[in-house]
Amino acid sequence: MRALAQRGLAPREGVSRRQALKATGLAIAFVWTGVLSKAARAELSARHQPQDTAAAALDGHPAFAPNAFVRIDTDGSVRLVMPNVEMGQAIYTGSAMLLAEELGVGLGHVKIEHAPPNGVLYAQAILQEQVTGGSTSTRATYTVLREAGAVARTLLVSAAAARWNVDPSTCTVADGRVLHAPSGRQLGYGALADAAAKLPMPDKVKLKDPKDFTLVGKRLRRLDSDDKVTGRTQFAIDVRLPGMKVATVRACPTLGGTLVSVDDKAARAIPGYVGFIRLPDAVAAVGEHYWAAKQGLEALDVEWNPGPNATLTTRKLRETMARLSATGKPIVAREVGTALVGAPIEATYQLPMLAHAPMEPMNATVHVTPALCEIWVGTQVPTRCVAVGAEICGLPPERVVVHGEYLGGSFGRRLEVDMVEQAVALARQVPYPLKVVWAREEDIRRDIVRPMYHDKVTAIVDAEGRLAWFGDRICGASVLDRWLPVALRKDGLDPDATECADHLPYDVRNLKVEWVRLTLPPGVRIGWWRGVGPNHNMYVVESFVDELAYRASQDPVAYRRGMLQHNARTRGVLDLAVAKSGWGQALPARCGRGVALGDAFGSHVCAIVEVEVSPQGEVLLRRVVVAVDCGVVINISSVEAQMQGGILFGLGAALFNDATLENGGIRQSNFHDYRSLRINETPPVEIHTVMNEEAPGGLGELGTSIAAPALNNAIFAATGVRLRELPIDRARLAQRKSALESLLGSDERRGDGRGGRT
Amino acid sequence: MFDLVVNGTSHAADVAGDVPLLWVLRDAIGLTGTKFGCGIAQCGACTVHLDGQPVRSCVLPVSAVGTRAVTTIEAIGETLAGKAVQRAWLDVDVVQCGYCQSGQIMSAVALIRRVPNPTDDDIDLAMAGNICRCATYVRIRGAIKQAATGQVVLPQTIAADGGEQAS
Repeated sequence: MRALAQRGLAPREGVSRRQALKATGLAIAFVWTGVLSKAARAELSARHQPQDTAAAALDGHPAFAPNAFVRIDTDGSVRLVMPNVEMGQAIYTGSAMLLAEELGVGLGHVKIEHAPPNGVLYAQAILQEQVTGGSTSTRATYTVLREAGAVARTLLVSAAAARWNVDPSTCTVADGRVLHAPSGRQLGYGALADAAAKLPMPDKVKLKDPKDFTLVGKRLRRLDSDDKVTGRTQFAIDVRLPGMKVATVRACPTLGGTLVSVDDKAARAIPGYVGFIRLPDAVAAVGEHYWAAKQGLEALDVEWNPGPNATLTTRKLRETMARLSATGKPIVAREVGTALVGAPIEATYQLPMLAHAPMEPMNATVHVTPALCEIWVGTQVPTRCVAVGAEICGLPPERVVVHGEYLGGSFGRRLEVDMVEQAVALARQVPYPLKVVWAREEDIRRDIVRPMYHDKVTAIVDAEGRLAWFGDRICGASVLDRWLPVALRKDGLDPDATECADHLPYDVRNLKVEWVRLTLPPGVRIGWWRGVGPNHNMYVVESFVDELAYRASQDPVAYRRGMLQHNARTRGVLDLAVAKSGWGQALPARCGRGVALGDAFGSHVCAIVEVEVSPQGEVLLRRVVVAVDCGVVINISSVEAQMQGGILFGLGAALFNDATLENGGIRQSNFHDYRSLRINETPPVEIHTVMNEEAPGGLGELGTSIAAPALNNAIFAATGVRLRELPIDRARLAQRKSALESLLGSDERRGDGRGGRT
Repeated sequence: MFDLVVNGTSHAADVAGDVPLLWVLRDAIGLTGTKFGCGIAQCGACTVHLDGQPVRSCVLPVSAVGTRAVTTIEAIGETLAGKAVQRAWLDVDVVQCGYCQSGQIMSAVALIRRVPNPTDDDIDLAMAGNICRCATYVRIRGAIKQAATGQVVLPQTIAADGGEQAS
């Protein structure tokens, strides 16, 4: 595992892309095509593509590179190229398992490579771009990576069969060798690589029967674990280059504001301080090391022009949204069945802005020379980083080299390139390589946040209390409008805003879901946050369905089950979670169980959360049971890890998080006031996985999306208080006002992060 | 100029005394396994040992280290407890993004040295200062118990090469 190849990551080791580019005089380079300019539909291909030859040439000239994913050298070494990036979700392990399964190699001896930015070879079909996000990685690659392995295997078998003059169907593969059992002959893949490379692409390949899988479905250890427990994994923030200096940045405290003047007289006294660099909206201090830069930045005397948002607050945005929801012009996302007749049951739900706060703060290292812009970054969108470098430096895209690093978390934050734009804009002003690292305070205050929502849900119920008509008027701003405007529907609808509200898991004949668009002030940017559309709408829908169950005096599980007659897989996860959770068994006072279910990212999930609410209104998580049906399971260990981590991430956000705007900037700044769930607040989490051979569904965001409604419903079961706003308002859960007052001290103690022995 | 003993090796660090140990390790010495997460001792990603005691290196001025031996994630596997924790981390596959895990492991090693058979409460107390945004806490809890006592409470993973790499 120590040999895990990180091509281009460490200039000192192996052939980096930079060296490769130099070696070929830049004559051969990846052709970058942005997603927007591409006419043809993007799709990963298991077959040889016109660009593959150039790509393989830059990747150390392997003897056999039948497609964009497999490289075999004559010494028998096997390298697998990962189309997605690794940010914790174990996609490197999952993708390598699929390739190795069909190729017929063990995973202990293969090397894993990050795919270079290449919008032709590595753009995936669901998102039409080389992007890792939206819980699409396994869904978009399950078949094609198996085919890619099978193409290589088929060619290697053909080469061996030709050499032995036998029928290929009498040959088998195992552990990187082709075997001919009748004659007892065998040849390693390395010995066959040259011959296999000369053969034409097979018209068709035969995939393994799933019952013959030796890797897929196993509880396999992650391929990146060994380096991650020993501190050897290189994240972007760990990059060190000769002559490199370190910068840290402060952007205008008011979103949309600009830099007026900087005086660094005081900073110049700080040992290691090098100087400052101006940008239109930010200032960076440069140092010989991070601390010198940080101290320098704090010593700068900076004058800002706050711009138009100086008085902007979350409260004002909420008022605007309430007004828009009532009076704005909606776009109908989906309407089926009859129009609304009669007086509906109504409820209004509100969700806050959320920061991502991945453990690795935003950073990028950039070296700009007249001929080249090199970027070291952990990114979900490598081709966008190329575009940014090219545009800012005025270089053609082939003169921009992006070294993709491991991501120290992301949760959607690294689908943005603002930190890359900034780092390139700074680095092009200096001759040396510049590592730009944001302090945590900058990371939270300059997050590109999950949008706020104001949703009015309505229902008509039948005589039995069942949902006969469902309405949802969603008010919020559009993420797609900035991130990928071509994906807006022709009438302007942002389908992300209504996802999982416009299609319910339940048998509902009549439905009207509409969206009222909020236009945010310039400078206030919103982005993807783990769970995207579903994390917002599953909270609203499943909280509201819970309300309807209680209104009908029905058990929340029985109520939901009664409306799932046509949805066997979701009924299945509901029944599984109920059976495992002890649903219906008595609990102590002020304890309660909440259920939530849903269909998202091609998967089906049901969570049952058990809480205790203290007299002071403090919510303690007692137990979480999740049942998931994500179709075929590649690695059961990864499925459980994603579901466990995902639901805890969502529970933490629901309990604690609200990125609040005040004076036009985010008020919170670090983990003391932007809380993260800690181990002492973590309950036992059980994941129960349905095993079947359905198409694979997404997992990375599923747990997060189902967390808040299950929690909300558990709080209602425990207290009788129905909350319709996130984060959880503990003041409303206190039994007595005096109890709340005594909480204030204990609350601070719980959240101070110093639970450890010091 | 400060003379530091890090992982058994002497280093001369030519920095001001107020520079936190974290940045001396990462930027001056080049040991990047110790991570920057918050800068205010709230997340634990920067945890290292001073004479075996866990400290948050992001708030510890290098001038305060003195003659105490600094141990980081890069060398913790050379100790018995460190090796046991890393092994358990692999066996139950704790890591996700991995960024916080250096600090988690350093805190866990200090815990099991002090408390050979830690309860859930012991684990909460010792590990509550280490944030994992991927929320790998359920496996951290199980791995600590496994490292401390050999008691297996979570399913074990299969290593790609048969388990040799865990050594």
